[in-house]
Amino acid sequence: MSERAQLLVAIADDELILGWRDSEWTGIAPFLEEDVAFSSIAQNEIGHARALYELAARDLETTADELAFDRRPEDYRCSELVQLRLPEWERTIARHVLYEEADAARLRELMASDDVELAGLAAKIDREEAYHRMHAQMWADRLRDEPRFAAALDELRPLVDLRDGHTPELTELWEQMTEVRRSVPGATW
Amino acid sequence: MIYEVFRQERKGQAFQHAGSIEAPDERFAEWYAREQYGRRGESTALWVVPREAVHPIEDFVDELNRNYHRVDGYPLKEKLKEARERAGTASRRNR
Repeated sequence: MSERAQLLVAIADDELILGWRDSEWTGIAPFLEEDVAFSSIAQNEIGHARALYELAARDLETTADELAFDRRPEDYRCSELVQLRLPEWERTIARHVLYEEADAARLRELMASDDVELAGLAAKIDREEAYHRMHAQMWADRLRDEPRFAAALDELRPLVDLRDGHTPELTELWEQMTEVRRSVPGATW
Repeated sequence: MIYEVFRQERKGQAFQHAGSIEAPDERFAEWYAREQYGRRGESTALWVVPREAVHPIEDFVDELNRNYHRVDGYPLKEKLKEARERAGTASRRNR
């Protein structure tokens, strides 16, 4: 796999898995408006994953779906930060804040890249991420004095750059995520 | 806090009430409003207004029944009929 494809797939994996984890709040967020908002963020992330997989799929002569769903869980290159199931709102928000911070830095780098296609896609994604960052910042301000939020930030920060390990939670998520697709081998949906 | 959201469908058009949202503060309100009333390209602009800023008026006194203030105070049908009778040009239906 080329370096470019590897990079694209790693970012796409982050966005896909985070999108999945965020979507677990649909229907159970702390209040209705936030439910809509957070579900929308989840959808955006999966949309970004799709665009990134598509670009990688062209280089690798495969399809976005195959990259997203037909690899083994141990082949995913996503950060451990996004792998965890976080059923506590303050930990979810801590992840959101940490992810957006790291993602912003990554997007800045990609936008400055000589690879015009990659820089263009990064700019597009960044225009949506700007609203995610705004959302993360609002929540960070709101939870600033909450000790559980501070503890969650400390707990999760070291995971941001861990990409080689695979948590059992990722395998569990992968089982759910690919269950339908695996149920009929070779089917096109 | 409840915020009332008004949206403008196309530039130059009047803003219309879109609905209301609950949010902890103004920043959240703006974010939620954008999400709920703007993300499908259905609005060119939104107004987000705290509900307390809205002064509702619900009492409209008309003790003397001055129906000429109202559109339905002018039943055109009757007036038309009278005029036609005067002019001798009753509509075909009434002949």
